[in-house]
Amino acid sequence: MSSLNDRSSAPLEDLDNPLPARTSMSWPTVTVEAFRKLSPRVQWKNPVMFVVYLGSIVTSLLWVQALTGEGEAPTGFIFAIAIWLWFTVLFANAAEAMAEGRGKAQAAALRAARKRVFAKQLSEPRHDASWKPVPSDEIRTGMVVLVEAGDIVPADGEVIDGAASVDESAITGESAPVIRESGGDFSAVTGGTKVLSDWIVVRITANPGEAFLDRMIAMVEGAKRGKTPNEVALTILLVALTLIFLLVCVTLMPFSMFSAALNGESQIVSVTVLIALLVCLIPTTIGALLSAVGIAGMSRMMQANVLATSGRAIEAAGDVDVLLLDKTGTITLGTREAAAFLPAAGVDERARVDAAQLASLADETPEGRSIVVLAKQRYGLRGRDLAGSHPVPFSAHTRMSGVDIGTRQIRKGASDAIRQFVEGQSGRFPEDVTRMVTAIASRGGTPLVVAENERILGVIELKDIVKGGIKDRFADLRRMGIKTVMITGDNRLTAAALAAGAGVDDVLAEATPEDKLTLIRRYQADGRLVAMTGDGTNDAPALAQADVAVAMNSGTQAAKEAGNMVDLDSNPTKLLQVVEVGKQMIMTRGALTTFSVANDLAKYFAIIPAAFVATYPPLAALNIMGLHSPTSAVLSAVIFNALIIVALVPLALKGVRYRAEPAQKLLSRNLLIYGVGGVIAPFAGIKLIDLVLSPFL
Amino acid sequence: MVNDLVQFVIVVGMATVLVAVCGAWLARVLTSPGHVLPERMTYGLMGVDPGEAMSWKRYGMALLFSNGAMMLLGYGLLRIQGLLPFDSLERAAQTADLAFNTAASFITNTNWQSYSGESSLSNFSQMAVITFLMMVSAATGVAACAGFIRGLGRKSARDIGNYWVDFTRVTYRVLMPICLVVALIYVWQGMPQTLNAEAVADTLEGPAQHLLMGPVASLEAIKHVGTNGGGFFGMNAAHPYENPTPLTNTIHMLCMLLIPSALTYCFGTMLLRRRQGWAFFAAFLVMFLGFLAVVYSAEQQGNPLLAALGVDQQDSVLQSGGNMEGKETRFGIAQTSLFVTVTTAATTGSVDAMHDSLTPLGGLVPIAQMMLNDVFGGDGVGFINLITFAILTVFLVGMMIGRTPEFLGKKIEAREMKLVMLAVLAHPFSILGFTALAVLWPGSQDSLANVGPHGFSEILYAYTSGTANNGSAFAGLNANTPFFNTTIGLAMLIGRYFTLLPMLAVAGSLAAKKTVPEGPGTLPTATPMFTILLVFVVLVVGGLTFLPALALGPIVEHLLMLAGHLF
Repeated sequence: MSSLNDRSSAPLEDLDNPLPARTSMSWPTVTVEAFRKLSPRVQWKNPVMFVVYLGSIVTSLLWVQALTGEGEAPTGFIFAIAIWLWFTVLFANAAEAMAEGRGKAQAAALRAARKRVFAKQLSEPRHDASWKPVPSDEIRTGMVVLVEAGDIVPADGEVIDGAASVDESAITGESAPVIRESGGDFSAVTGGTKVLSDWIVVRITANPGEAFLDRMIAMVEGAKRGKTPNEVALTILLVALTLIFLLVCVTLMPFSMFSAALNGESQIVSVTVLIALLVCLIPTTIGALLSAVGIAGMSRMMQANVLATSGRAIEAAGDVDVLLLDKTGTITLGTREAAAFLPAAGVDERARVDAAQLASLADETPEGRSIVVLAKQRYGLRGRDLAGSHPVPFSAHTRMSGVDIGTRQIRKGASDAIRQFVEGQSGRFPEDVTRMVTAIASRGGTPLVVAENERILGVIELKDIVKGGIKDRFADLRRMGIKTVMITGDNRLTAAALAAGAGVDDVLAEATPEDKLTLIRRYQADGRLVAMTGDGTNDAPALAQADVAVAMNSGTQAAKEAGNMVDLDSNPTKLLQVVEVGKQMIMTRGALTTFSVANDLAKYFAIIPAAFVATYPPLAALNIMGLHSPTSAVLSAVIFNALIIVALVPLALKGVRYRAEPAQKLLSRNLLIYGVGGVIAPFAGIKLIDLVLSPFL
Repeated sequence: MVNDLVQFVIVVGMATVLVAVCGAWLARVLTSPGHVLPERMTYGLMGVDPGEAMSWKRYGMALLFSNGAMMLLGYGLLRIQGLLPFDSLERAAQTADLAFNTAASFITNTNWQSYSGESSLSNFSQMAVITFLMMVSAATGVAACAGFIRGLGRKSARDIGNYWVDFTRVTYRVLMPICLVVALIYVWQGMPQTLNAEAVADTLEGPAQHLLMGPVASLEAIKHVGTNGGGFFGMNAAHPYENPTPLTNTIHMLCMLLIPSALTYCFGTMLLRRRQGWAFFAAFLVMFLGFLAVVYSAEQQGNPLLAALGVDQQDSVLQSGGNMEGKETRFGIAQTSLFVTVTTAATTGSVDAMHDSLTPLGGLVPIAQMMLNDVFGGDGVGFINLITFAILTVFLVGMMIGRTPEFLGKKIEAREMKLVMLAVLAHPFSILGFTALAVLWPGSQDSLANVGPHGFSEILYAYTSGTANNGSAFAGLNANTPFFNTTIGLAMLIGRYFTLLPMLAVAGSLAAKKTVPEGPGTLPTATPMFTILLVFVVLVVGGLTFLPALALGPIVEHLLMLAGHLF
């Protein structure tokens, strides 16, 4: 894991303002798409709407029959029903087209990045080997290519030599270039991005059509969108409800004939009215908007700059019970800040601060700068000219940095490194400094020991900076029943102190990749769903095991392959937003389903009296809405049923508003809005349409 | 009025106390590790291994095949009744279609009777076919429910128990002891329990009067405890030998409610979710009280047309008032209304009044309760039906909390939904499908005693009663024709096995799943709110399915009555 990278310090506030939808479809396009989707092959995929589709065809045929003078009902009535049934189908098609339209626009922008370019295929995997130009669509996995400044990376691959700054804005929308280099966690490059400076040698890891960009395009276009498990289960419910209502309407015909016969009447219910009743009863609202909700969920994820490899992953995000969060970048800013200078026994405070400042003046890391800032703020020490001094930069070998001024060797570093340094010069590491180091660690800080030659001067306390607002987020999550676990390489004491400060529920300290994997498996064995973020190759096994795994776009190819989402902004805090989008998608589905079923009550009161009042005049008592006539009652119900689809398209695309609340509260609120509202709304709506219609009938 | 309410409170109160007592006993029976001697002997005799852990498939197959064998046995005995000795009245064998209907009726716990008991069955048939099938069909239902509950409670398990063990234990340790006690009380109250076929009395006018009798008390006990309902006599529990006193009337009702309601407590105990068990009981009770209120108020109100003629239908010291057509004066409006509600709620089908003579709205209640089929419901199956709707409820509204739906910590996915919807669909398909077939069938109008919407109600009632495995009859319909015998017989089999087996599969599927720990983020199901939602979903789904049919039957009849037209 890359702990000290600047990318992870994106401010939290950004999360609440995702990129706006890039473009949306124009009305003519939506209309054309809606008609194009009238093909039976498209309709067949949505069983509920297929029934409406068949109903439209049958009523149209009945209308033709009526034109010949043998209609079972007035010609105008059949015509009106047929037209509105077609509208119902078209509205459903348009809703889907609009949802897809957003994705298509995003896909078009991505596709622009996938230009046909020539790649420089190297004869040997060396920078200076000879190369020949190869068109990018002929590139295959395993080829090695050279990409130099100004070149477009021809396909996804792994940097095996060199380092370069790369413009990835085509994919991430982020204009600042990033560094890609061989080895480590920043070795993955994506096809379609542009090298700005230097050169890299890349081994190709994806064939044309299978690359990251291609998968992204297919996903946002909805081309490869399979139904998610919950969508499948919901479809089964909707099909079963449709079958029940089909049965209800089909058996009403013999019931009506029998009743008429028992009553000595001759007029029975017409097929047109039964089809109207059927269409009104089957859950067309959710049936029409179901796929739009799914596509919109994917599209909202894209707006948050997260690419999900499947709708299933988004759905799983809603179900997550445990979030594994890397400390660095998610809970804390990537950098640490100097908080205090603690003197060793018998050392003048001024001398120690002076030494610390000297050791840090040449140190350009955020930690180094924060030491200089603290020295200035707290002790009034200004920066000074360091002529004649030699800065000693941090190296992985010595694990110290500092400065040499004449014979003065000033160093700062981790306590064991400094211990070696002073003891190497036959100095002594005092007991009280050891205690100080432990005390700092137990407070959640990082101790940096400062030494001059063989003498220990004191300890600088570096503190992790917990991201602003993160504690409230965790409190929200806890209220939603989601457990947060902080993962850190720090020791237990430091980790526990920080965890308490940030308000996480649990902590995994001194974490190794194996520990992470074990932890995930343990939670899963308890029946919990686990989400995590990761970017390094060593994260790959845990990412593969987690139910929702968000890989950072800046991470390695292995991490991206193992995850089921990629965050293009490489912002680990995004995980919280991913969970929200997932929940929002499922909630929208539930709200529309409830609304759809709740609507049926009013429709019964409109259609049943209208259908049978000829056989049994007293049934007019059920016409509690006081609708104008049987004709206007049936027509109003059908029109309401069609218009409600249009009215709910914005809700399907935007999603039900999500709040971080316990389940019970969420349920009460949504039941009130979509359940109770769903019962009441059609009574008002149908009555209104009836009032508008009645002058014309 | 106050008198009536006190009666309701006493019965419902006693039933509630019995829930905990019987429920605790059921849970003990179903979870105890040891086998008692008679059980071990039975297993040995039948050659079954009581230690076998059965998957839902094996459990379901054992249920299905043992039921099939017993139905065949019943059918055979009814067909050869005329050849069997010891019947002094030498009653003839049943015809093929009638015997099929009777065997199907009793193995499915329906007890629809196309025949009149005293005139067509010998005492041997009453015992060996009727009482035997009454016992095993009730045991089958409870055993199925035991496997079902176990499936809901297990996690990552492959089996749901052992059918033979559940069946045998329920029979030996629950049904038989309860029936023995109840039968003795019945005998004390004056019910006949004899192997003599009749008592002959010389009347003052000279001719001899034949009072038919037989082992009535034993049949009555299992008839109510087993939510069966088939009477020894054609008049069923309105016959003084079947229901001699107000006390027997009350015990009948308590027996009917006993096991269906106790299973909620048994569930709560077995899963260590007591609150959840009570929540389900509350759902039962809320629906029950609502329906009781409708019948009682409709019947007590009486007939407005009679009122217009100046007939006194007021409740007073001298009379119970209301609509007394088809009711026993000794039970009055309150005991009859309560009995009507209990017998169709617990799908027993025992009647102490003629349902055909109820007011239109009063008649709507029995038919509506059977259409819902889960207001207490039959032994075992009622609880299973309620859970079917609980899963449906969880699915319909559960998504609104932003998680894929879970029930008792188990994710409800495509497979469960498929099976649940199969069970939900079978019920209306059988009722509406067969009713449609019957009204189209030539000559079915000849079986009707009434015209207008009431005639339609009679047919609708017959298939609803059959499919719901209730067995009560609206009367008025002559159902002993090959067409009605066959189709109602099929309706009973579909109504029983097409809801039981899919739900056993659901139990098997849920048993195999992991359990998601409950927390603030999961949907709470042991709350008053969920109970209300559950009741609402049951009423809405049932209402949406059957409202059009009801509109052409009881509802329009009621409206016509208000308009001054009776049928």
